[in-house]
Amino acid sequence: MDLESLLPMLLGLAWLTPLASFVAILFFGPRMGPHGRNAAWVATAAIATSFVLSLAAFVFWLAHHPVQAVDHGGHGSSHAAAASANPFRTVALADADAHADEHGNATHAGHSPTAYSGDWYTLYQGGRLKLSIGWYIDALTVLMFVMITFIATCIHIYASGYMHDELHDVTDHEVHLADGHHLHRPGRFCRFFQALSLFCFSMLGIVIAGNLAMVFIFWELVGICSWFLIGFYFERQSASTAANKAFIVNRIGDFGMLIGLMALWGALGTLHFADHSVQGEQQPGLFSLVRPAATGHALQVPDGMVAFAAADDVGRIARAHSDDPAAGVHEVAGKIDGWRNLGVGQWLLFVAGIGIFCGCVGKSAQFPLFVWLPDAMEGPTPVSALVHSATMVAAGVYLVGRFYPVLTPDVLLVIAYVGAITLFISATIALVANDIKRVLAYSTVSQLGYMMLALGVGGWLAGLFHLVTHAFFKSLLFLCSGSVIHACHTNDMRKMGGLAKVMPWTAGTMLVGCLAIIGAGIPFVIGTSGYYSKDSILAQALSFSQANPAHSILYWAVAGGALLTAFYMFRLWFMTFAGSPRDHHIAEHAHESPQVMVAPLIALAVMAVVAGWTLPGGFGIANLLEQARPAGTDVGGAGYFFSTLRIPAEHESHVGAIHITATMTAFLTAAAGVLLAALMYVWKLISPGMVAAMFRPLYTLLSNRWYFDEIYHALFVSPVLAVASLASNTDRGVIDRFIDGVAWAARQVAGIDAWIDRTIVDGLVNATANATWNTGLELKKLQTGHLRQYVMFIVMGTVALFVLASLLLRNSFAG
Amino acid sequence: MNIVSLSAGCCLFATGPLTEPVGVVHYLIVGAILFTAGVVCMALKRNALGVLMGIELVLNGANLNFVAFSSPYLRGAGSATLGLDGQVIALFVILLAAAEAAVALAITLNFYNNHSTVDIDRADDLKG
Repeated sequence: MDLESLLPMLLGLAWLTPLASFVAILFFGPRMGPHGRNAAWVATAAIATSFVLSLAAFVFWLAHHPVQAVDHGGHGSSHAAAASANPFRTVALADADAHADEHGNATHAGHSPTAYSGDWYTLYQGGRLKLSIGWYIDALTVLMFVMITFIATCIHIYASGYMHDELHDVTDHEVHLADGHHLHRPGRFCRFFQALSLFCFSMLGIVIAGNLAMVFIFWELVGICSWFLIGFYFERQSASTAANKAFIVNRIGDFGMLIGLMALWGALGTLHFADHSVQGEQQPGLFSLVRPAATGHALQVPDGMVAFAAADDVGRIARAHSDDPAAGVHEVAGKIDGWRNLGVGQWLLFVAGIGIFCGCVGKSAQFPLFVWLPDAMEGPTPVSALVHSATMVAAGVYLVGRFYPVLTPDVLLVIAYVGAITLFISATIALVANDIKRVLAYSTVSQLGYMMLALGVGGWLAGLFHLVTHAFFKSLLFLCSGSVIHACHTNDMRKMGGLAKVMPWTAGTMLVGCLAIIGAGIPFVIGTSGYYSKDSILAQALSFSQANPAHSILYWAVAGGALLTAFYMFRLWFMTFAGSPRDHHIAEHAHESPQVMVAPLIALAVMAVVAGWTLPGGFGIANLLEQARPAGTDVGGAGYFFSTLRIPAEHESHVGAIHITATMTAFLTAAAGVLLAALMYVWKLISPGMVAAMFRPLYTLLSNRWYFDEIYHALFVSPVLAVASLASNTDRGVIDRFIDGVAWAARQVAGIDAWIDRTIVDGLVNATANATWNTGLELKKLQTGHLRQYVMFIVMGTVALFVLASLLLRNSFAG
Repeated sequence: MNIVSLSAGCCLFATGPLTEPVGVVHYLIVGAILFTAGVVCMALKRNALGVLMGIELVLNGANLNFVAFSSPYLRGAGSATLGLDGQVIALFVILLAAAEAAVALAITLNFYNNHSTVDIDRADDLKG
């Protein structure tokens, strides 16, 4: 079986297995063992099967497309990409310096990634539009499958331990009923794993999707799954509000995404990524429309968009050639290039890119739609881990990465700035948060900002590389925090401290996670996974700011963000695990979590360390991703609306001068952050309270999360509520009252009708019946039963008849 | 013509007895007397058997009429029939009267068994 048919089969099965688990638990969950205990096994087995299938696909992929150190432009120097990721790269670096100038001038044309695409099932087909359930599989897809299913498997195993409370009736101490008691409800163990399975299915659907319509379908499915899971404790007011908030904020982003989809469909008539066949006819996909092979995959506005934007001119030509349409078509075709050079249609491509990015802003919690993510902490901790690492928030970054060839440099600049703002704001909020999960939530938002920024400054590989490594260490961090919460029954870090002694495994693995997220490593020698991915982001940002001095703030945002990250992550670790217990009651009752929860922590900790490594010979995630690099994105580009903008090619950042600076910056900022955290929370040389008092206004601003919730409430929520209550009052006061009036009038008329019916119509009928009845009663008396009387009647009657006849017929007899 | 002779008979009967030969009118008179006697008997008798006898009288009065009206004097010449219609119907009536008497006697017998009497004034179970 060749790879082209094998991969869709393996990954398709890996995608559908969680769906099967969802359906099975949906229908038979409560019957699976006592209290549905075995539902956890069903879901875990399903996702583990997915993992095995994905791994098989991964192995087959590697067998056919061996990962090698990437050779840039045929220079024969494989050091550059390897240098970004190779733990053993000191040797390579010297080489990099030697070839630096060559790399700067290298041009790369004609490179095209290996990708397999096709359709399983066509939903709708009309004209050139084909909506289908299909696949687009390249190295990125395969890698994402392995990453998602691996993390999801760990989280499933962990959750089967974490959620054991739900196996019997639960008394929810956070819900106060009207009678002063706490809410007592049946456990929802099955329901949790059911939603988890659906969540995995939806996320894998986004990753495997072969067209934007399918992405959108699963995009929304992920949204509804997050609503189920964040609102898992829906009796709690905060949880149901958080679930609604996540859902509604995502809808705002999806509105933009719909606009983007419409722009693409309206102008290009297709939503497929790759070339595909429609009714046996080969049609170009989005990627080859925007970056045709004829131009060496250089970005250009597709013909469809140019003609769409120049609709007036096209119409004029069509009218002029109304007698000969073919000549009109020919003339338009001849003018397309001219219009394109004038920039016609640029805005449409810009709108399409920004629109799709809007969806990603919602899903990946970017500024200004990041407010839902910290609230999403209301869900159970395994859900937070899944939502914040491998699924949901990853979807946005993944889509930007997948859609990358269509994004113009102008769109990328917007993405970069959005990422920078997000990373800065959320990092500052994380500095002062005291809820352990909220710190992690804001760090997630911040790291997502990193990824977006990386993608925006041209670091396609850097952004997606960080997505993968971040998924490992962020899920690890969340599961560790879940373990802590499980032991302490509180989220407040101020009540923790000194837990390292009672929870050594959790403390150790969380330390690994913290080191990974700050990108710790020995510069130029070896490091955790974050070290590599963060370095490549910094390098790309530096390369970008060198090319565009006007936008150098982006680099400082990244560097400053690294400092903040290091500080707040170690603040978290120190406050939780180091020192002496602040609350002895909690510390005495704390305990290490069961093995079923610790095992996934260790597995993820290992991955958090090694995920970024590149083995000798070139095998590593970075080089694997390089195989999927979209055609034409390895040469950088220039802005159209921002005419001075120049996106540098990613390999330029591997140049020694840039890379050494970036690595040193990363190392020093991280070290400074950790040192600062240690000064404040371990050695207590600086009092956090004093610092807070010194910067009182700033501290207030940060601890109130920049007043984003309040601002949104005042700007958007309140007006919407006001309009809604106005509408509601109109509805109740005017429309309902009118309808009530009509109903009242109808009722009155009906009353009159009823009176007429009962009195007159019924009266007549009854009167007739009564008369008949009474007559009958009277006549009855004639039936005396006396034979002789009857005879007399007959005789008298006969006589009477004769008399009558003789009287009446007198004249007849006369003749 | 028939009606004329009928009225002539009536006039003869009125003028004096037996001055004319016996005609149709005489039969009719006897029939009428029989019929009236029967009806009076039915109306006045309380004994069921008496009533039955009255019925027989009524039927036979009617029979006499049939026979009388079938007289050749009342029938025009040239009739296609044999001239025995009245007699035939009278035979039918006798037959039916016999059958009716049998049924009526059975009813009476049963009534007697149930009520120990044949007084028809007591037979008022079917009154309205």
